[in-house]
Amino acid sequence: MTTLASPVRAPVTISRRYLAAGTFIMLGLIDIFVFGFLAHSGDARFALSLPGASPHLPTIHVPGALTAYVLGAISIGVGILRAVVDLPRWGKRLSIAAVLLCFLLSLLAWADAGNSVGPLQVVDLLQGTLTASIPLVLGALAGLLGERSGVINIAIEGQLLTGAFVAAAVASVTGGVWLGLIGGSLAGGLVGALLAIFAIMFLVDQIIVGVVLNVIALGLTNYLYQRVMSPYAATFNAGNTFSTLKIPVLGNIPIIGPVFFDANIFLYITYALILVIQIALFRTRWGLRVRAVGEHPVAADTVGIRVRWTRYRNVILGGLVAGIGGAYLTVGSVGFFTSDISSGFGYIALAAMIFGRWTPLGSVAAALLFGFSFQLQTELSILRVPVSSFILLMAPYVATIIAVAGLVGRVRPPAADGQPYVKA
Amino acid sequence: MTDRNEAEPSAEPYVATTTQDTGTPTPDQPDGRRPLTGNMIIQAVTEGHSVVITILAVFVALVIGAVLIVASDPAVLRAWDSFGYAPGTALSATWNSVAAAYSALFEGAIFAPGTISAAFHGGSIAAIFYPLSLTAFEATPLILTGLSVALAFRAGMFNIGAAGQWIGGALVATWLGYAVNLPIVLHAVVCIIGAFIGGAVIGWIVGEIKARTGAHEVILTIMMNYVMYNFLSFLVTSQKLMQAPGQTNAVAPNINSNAFLPHVGGPPPQVGVGFLIALAAAAATAWLLSRSTLGFQFRAVGASPSAARSAGISVERVWVLAFLHAGGLAGLSASTIVQGQTSPLTTTSYGTYGFDGITVALLGRARPLGVVLAGLLFGALNAGGTVMEAATGVPSDVTNVIEALIVLFVAAPPLIRMLFRLRRGGGAGPQAVASKGWSG
Repeated sequence: MTTLASPVRAPVTISRRYLAAGTFIMLGLIDIFVFGFLAHSGDARFALSLPGASPHLPTIHVPGALTAYVLGAISIGVGILRAVVDLPRWGKRLSIAAVLLCFLLSLLAWADAGNSVGPLQVVDLLQGTLTASIPLVLGALAGLLGERSGVINIAIEGQLLTGAFVAAAVASVTGGVWLGLIGGSLAGGLVGALLAIFAIMFLVDQIIVGVVLNVIALGLTNYLYQRVMSPYAATFNAGNTFSTLKIPVLGNIPIIGPVFFDANIFLYITYALILVIQIALFRTRWGLRVRAVGEHPVAADTVGIRVRWTRYRNVILGGLVAGIGGAYLTVGSVGFFTSDISSGFGYIALAAMIFGRWTPLGSVAAALLFGFSFQLQTELSILRVPVSSFILLMAPYVATIIAVAGLVGRVRPPAADGQPYVKA
Repeated sequence: MTDRNEAEPSAEPYVATTTQDTGTPTPDQPDGRRPLTGNMIIQAVTEGHSVVITILAVFVALVIGAVLIVASDPAVLRAWDSFGYAPGTALSATWNSVAAAYSALFEGAIFAPGTISAAFHGGSIAAIFYPLSLTAFEATPLILTGLSVALAFRAGMFNIGAAGQWIGGALVATWLGYAVNLPIVLHAVVCIIGAFIGGAVIGWIVGEIKARTGAHEVILTIMMNYVMYNFLSFLVTSQKLMQAPGQTNAVAPNINSNAFLPHVGGPPPQVGVGFLIALAAAAATAWLLSRSTLGFQFRAVGASPSAARSAGISVERVWVLAFLHAGGLAGLSASTIVQGQTSPLTTTSYGTYGFDGITVALLGRARPLGVVLAGLLFGALNAGGTVMEAATGVPSDVTNVIEALIVLFVAAPPLIRMLFRLRRGGGAGPQAVASKGWSG
């Protein structure tokens, strides 16, 4: 069956080290010559507290163009350092993070310099980034649960969509948002079970099942939405949502509080799942077995691990997690289900998982990047920045292409990913 | 449906370096070191299952569709409430609901019996063929994106990016359509060629990145789709670029009437030239795959990249060229829409053609003739679905579910065999499914 790693890998001709350095320097030059030169004269203002929040932090004023110049110079410096010194692994990661941060800050400095609409709401931007990332993070976790055990899950999109639909319907009929959450999760698990049955029992190509399940999920939810949910909206689509839950002490810390500890239950569930799955996969016997099944099922079978059972369990667990992500889209945010509400989040989650190299923490970082670009687009349109939001929205996808093309280190999937296991 | 004359290039002379032995029904090398991933796609997709399986798959999908229609029909549900003392009413209500929906579907897609008697009483004979022409109209873009996905399948790759390639073709065709002035036939031809090139460029980019870095085409094409969705929105929302002058909506200018694809036969049976383009593209693809050197190379790489490489075929070049052609076919699909109807390009014009192309290619087993037949079946379901929705209020989305279910069941013959207690060829265990040569 297909794997996400290409069988015949052509050698990468350009030295990766110089390529990374070159990319850093190029980003630094963009900081200086694009954002610096084109910035309007005047200060860029960053508001660190939401209006009316207490304690209220002052709004930071920095000269827009100068900031971009300085940040650009830092990027170029890091690029030269990267080319000259062979940095250790953490140093490489740190340098990528530093250059990306410089790039984003100079973009923001350019965007807000001399803006008359108002300061950039930093808290709003970060808050929005986190909430926009929730379905992506949960979807990516769902994907990697399956793929670590050797089953490719392209059906994340379908799991999110059915989860969203069932959560809205259950919450609306029963009046209980918690029941909606559980229903959404179970619905995602059901799609996961279908994927598992077709992929593991019937040995259908996993990418094919995934794509087809997505089409079925979209058609089915659209059909039921038009036929049942929309005409009887008062019963089936009443728009129940969770209320926000502020964590007592932590929620009052400036910036950190409103961003991390003042949201509804889904954000906290997401924290918990990230932690649990990261620890379970890499620090427990359970995780070792899952990874063994995903890397070398024959060896795993030889030592007595039940390969197919592990795969069934993991794919269904993944479905349950993605179902929660789907539930977030309805009962966790807007409340109402609308046609195709997941709008491709499942595919983006898949990309985030690959970008994050099949690890929970990496996937979270990638999902945050996507979430940030969505929210930045919203913020910039509020500030009426004259840049097409669509160019901005394109950026994370281009970044993913660059990542999977191997420019940010090699991306290696679990060895047996996508291959059905048949006992000899 | 399987064309046995169209033999796969045998990998056997070159298998010395691989673990693959095409002679024995080994489904997989479960040790995870098997390097021949493309081959499994080919097997999964192109191996002919019997026509019986396909027909049964359609039947099961229609039954599930019927259950959906009935279970969401308030009138039927009310009738079932009183099942205890009026079972006949419940059953007849159920029957009526399904019969009304499916007969409307049939009349919208194939022919309506009323039009024949009308023709005898002075009505138009052409009206008899109106539903069929709608089916052909709906099938046209699906056949072309289906061919796009099928071609990549045959080279061992999964093209999820037909949507992005579609947009590439649509942008070029639209631009040539309004920005250039040419005489009547020439203009349409230039736009068609432009659409092919536009799609081919997007496909080429994916193939080139895959060939140079080994990145997987599934991720590349998914990402490229989103890049193209946003690029399309970017272009048609900017007055300086492709937004129609004076418009505030995200819409491109209308193309010149010279660039329209004419209809053959005149209204109402409008078989557009687009449909003929689709058929011609299918014939060309069939020729390319089964008669040309390049097509042989595509299939050789699809069967086994390592064997093809040993035989002196540049696998990377094949990846690039296969994606280039696949993109071009998706671009042609865009051309039939952009030039085939009067509404201009918008941010949602790409619809679901790209993903429908995957299901069409799968049902057609990645063979050009199969893709045409599958495209016609799905075109019929789409055309009939619209009529069904208008006549009975059953949302046409149910046909999308039926289409996807058909593909799912065709992809899993053991399930259909299990449902119908079929025992064919013996040894219907899971091992037999993925093996080559199973299921005649």
